[in-house]
Amino acid sequence: MDQPPAPVFRMKDLRKIYRTGEVTVEALRGLDFEAAAGEFIVILGPSGSGKSTFLNIIGGLDRATSGEAWFRDHDLIRANEAQLTRYRRDHVGFVFQFYNLVPSLTAFENVKLVTEIARRPMKPAEALALVGLEDRMDHFPAQLSGGEQQRVAIARAIAKQPDVLLCDEPTGALDSKTGVRVLEALTTVSARSGATTLVITHNAAIAAIADRVVHFANGAIAREERNATRQPASAVSW
Amino acid sequence: MRALDIKLWRDVLRLWPQALAIALVMAAGVATLILGVGAYDSLSTTRQRYYEANGFADIFASLTRAPASLKSDIAAIDGVAAAETRVEEIALADLPGMAEPASVRLVSLPEGREPALNRLHLRSGRLPAPDSYEAVASAGFAAAHRLAEGDSLRVLINGRQRDVRISGTALSPEFVYALGPGALMPDDRRFGILWMPEHSLAAAYGLDGAFNQVSLSLVPGVDPDMVIDSLDRLLQRYGGRGAHGRADQQSHAFLDAELHQLRAMSRILPPIFLLVTAFLVNMTLSRLIALEREQIGLLKAMGYSSLSVVRHYAGFVTLIAAAGIAIGMVAGSWLGAEMTTLYAKFFSFPFLVFSRNPAVYGIAAAAAYAAAILGAVKAVREVAWLSPAVAMAPPAPPRYRKILGGYADLSGYVRQSSVIVMRHLTHWPLRTLSGIIGMALAVAILVGSLWSFGSIDHMIDVTFRRSDRQDATITFTEARPERAVFSLRQLPGVSAAEPFRAVAVTLRNGTAERRVSLIGKEPGASLSRVLDGALMPVTLPGEGIVISDALARVLKLRRGDRVEVAVLEGRRQTLDVPVSAIITGFIGLTAYMDLAALNRLLGEDSVISGAYLMLDHTQTDTLFAALKQMPAASFIALQYAAVAKFRETLAQNVTIMITVYASLAAIIAFGVVYNFARVSLSEQGREMASLRVLGFTRGEVSALLLGELAAVVIIAQPVGWGLGYLFAWAMAEGFRTDLYRVPLVVNREVYAWASLIVFAAAAISGLAVRRRIDRLDMIDVLKTRE
Repeated sequence: MDQPPAPVFRMKDLRKIYRTGEVTVEALRGLDFEAAAGEFIVILGPSGSGKSTFLNIIGGLDRATSGEAWFRDHDLIRANEAQLTRYRRDHVGFVFQFYNLVPSLTAFENVKLVTEIARRPMKPAEALALVGLEDRMDHFPAQLSGGEQQRVAIARAIAKQPDVLLCDEPTGALDSKTGVRVLEALTTVSARSGATTLVITHNAAIAAIADRVVHFANGAIAREERNATRQPASAVSW
Repeated sequence: MRALDIKLWRDVLRLWPQALAIALVMAAGVATLILGVGAYDSLSTTRQRYYEANGFADIFASLTRAPASLKSDIAAIDGVAAAETRVEEIALADLPGMAEPASVRLVSLPEGREPALNRLHLRSGRLPAPDSYEAVASAGFAAAHRLAEGDSLRVLINGRQRDVRISGTALSPEFVYALGPGALMPDDRRFGILWMPEHSLAAAYGLDGAFNQVSLSLVPGVDPDMVIDSLDRLLQRYGGRGAHGRADQQSHAFLDAELHQLRAMSRILPPIFLLVTAFLVNMTLSRLIALEREQIGLLKAMGYSSLSVVRHYAGFVTLIAAAGIAIGMVAGSWLGAEMTTLYAKFFSFPFLVFSRNPAVYGIAAAAAYAAAILGAVKAVREVAWLSPAVAMAPPAPPRYRKILGGYADLSGYVRQSSVIVMRHLTHWPLRTLSGIIGMALAVAILVGSLWSFGSIDHMIDVTFRRSDRQDATITFTEARPERAVFSLRQLPGVSAAEPFRAVAVTLRNGTAERRVSLIGKEPGASLSRVLDGALMPVTLPGEGIVISDALARVLKLRRGDRVEVAVLEGRRQTLDVPVSAIITGFIGLTAYMDLAALNRLLGEDSVISGAYLMLDHTQTDTLFAALKQMPAASFIALQYAAVAKFRETLAQNVTIMITVYASLAAIIAFGVVYNFARVSLSEQGREMASLRVLGFTRGEVSALLLGELAAVVIIAQPVGWGLGYLFAWAMAEGFRTDLYRVPLVVNREVYAWASLIVFAAAAISGLAVRRRIDRLDMIDVLKTRE
């Protein structure tokens, strides 16, 4: 058996406390987590379970209150604003629930927007071809369906050849059929690029496509399970 | 308080920097109107009251000499309410600590009674004792020389040095604007008025039982021209030099010109400011409210009617407008009062009447409020009548297009961030255009406020450095033979002397007429030159009259036309003379002739009224000492002193007024730019936060918005310069009076300063917005739909 790959992410006793006025909310309560390079992980959990907070910290959008959070040798707890920006820029690809494309740029240009600031990007057209949108490159977001827009967002995320692909409810705004196409695109690019992929979702049906499924509850990991065999996205429905 | 009202207050508090910026812009508009109109009204009311209280005359006439008995005939003219006669002369005074002689106007006071007209307002001391060499001095002159009761000064009275004792100080409605002979601006150091007992003054000038000046007041409703004609007929055989109304009374005319300019400023700038304000408020509020779409949908979903939604936002706007109007009124009243006080000091009014015309306040408030409400209604209307479901959903995503169908699209060549900026600008052409117009207007009002400084410099340059280049002008007490100029050339410190002749005339073309001083000069004069439209010296032709462009305009004359010249002195001929050239002149209405031709025309020998001098500056003290002893010289006007005074006076009046307007313009500029930036941020905040998540730095994200702002600001500049030139033109036209015209010269510096101020406003706004960009909530955009 091969040596297990070195973890890309290492989180230890991660805590996040939000204080707004007199109200204190403990969003993460001492969470331990590791992820290996190239791993495809689905994070499931109800609203308020802490999964979004977790994604924000792992994505360098927010800092934990205490504990350890490492991406390789990047300390995500003690990094300053500029270092976090650098981290997101060089290592992380994001896919949002509501796509967040720039409406004034075409599909091609939306991808190019990111490749222009990336260290070792692929060609925008290549990224769009990976998600099956080579024919729609000149369309503006307003001219694309929701599923197509999300696939542009995936192409945009993958075009910089990130080490990590973070997806926050990527199918949350889509119907089942369209959602499946988006998941197909996601698994394809994830496998092709070898990026560690984390997908946050409410949708338990998606769990089948993951290497590992992490269940969040009350700001901590309730349980984890590893799929013996990953289902293809086409086999999923909800 | 109803929940909706609470929302209203919270919204205003939440948006306070923008609300304040809008309110300040409105305040600037309101303040200019109140300030300008208020200062004008206050001054003209003050003048009116002063005239009434002190019996300022309606008709004035000078003559050589008439017996006192003529007074009853004058008083008997139909329509005359009161008549007063007196002796008036010009003399040189020798003042300690002043090398050059000062001029004083000696005016007689009736003995043992108050004058019926032009009564003094005694500031200190008492009237002079009868039959004495005592005098009441004009308050400004006394203050400039620290003359107090009991002090004496030496005056060259009809060729004899006399010590005149000061018995008091006073102001007079006749000398509100106390202008020395040949001076352009009041100068209390070099010119003053001494009111002396009638007997003493008459005796000194050989006018016992006679007078050489008369003033009249009229019965209300009487035609002054009829009275003037009757008076001229009576005075003709006594050397009358033509009676005139208030319009030709020097102090009144200058005061009128000042008020005219003040009124022009208050009639031209404030409406422009209010218009700009209205435009900005409208633009900003409609964009601000468009951002409230979702909330409006929500309110409607909860059952609020479209009308109550409109009312709610109207309330929002009303709060901002109320703050703006209140600030504007307070600032405008305060500035207006300061300005009025300043003018009153300059004009030496004995008291001040502050005018607080409620109509002006009403107009300013109504205009500002209407602008605000229109902006709000326009924006709310688009949203309020949507069905709640449609309103709550985000607006359909904008359908962008490639610029000019992709042909002019640079997206393949420039960075995508620049493409975003270009597409934003071209996608909402109206919005971009309104931003450009808003900022152009900010530039324009700055140009419209700042231009006059350069123009005044140009006016001074042309008048004193190119045209009237003499160092001093000496005027004789009466016309003397031309050879008098030779003795002037012999005086110590005089390097050159050019003679001139000045004759009081009325120029007439049809119904248009003006009293002017017709000046005869030597044709090739090099000190005091006559310039054409291209500012090249004109050689005075051997016949015909040369008039300034302003006079030509007033009299509707062109080159080659003939003009009627009615001479007001000597033999009082009426002549018909051709206009041989039109020349440039910014000060006064001027008319020139060849000296010899003028004397020939009048049928007189070669006589002159005075001379223009070039001085050797190392010997001026010796020259002044000699002049103080020279009986024939009635006064000497020093050019450098005149220029300095001219500048100083303009610095006091125009500069302060313009500084106030320019500051208000700068506030407006800031308000426009800041609001443009803030609204753009609200519109693009989500997009920018998404880019931050994708790894764009704060600087890169800020560049999107700041790039857009910069593009709009830069495009706005030339547009603003053009509009500003138009505003300046309107002001120059409004400023035009018989006494002077401000040439329309807009220097490059003016454009540069206007742009610089707007750039500075943009930079400050940019920085303020940049801080908000730095605080964009990245987490929020992941979870929210647009």
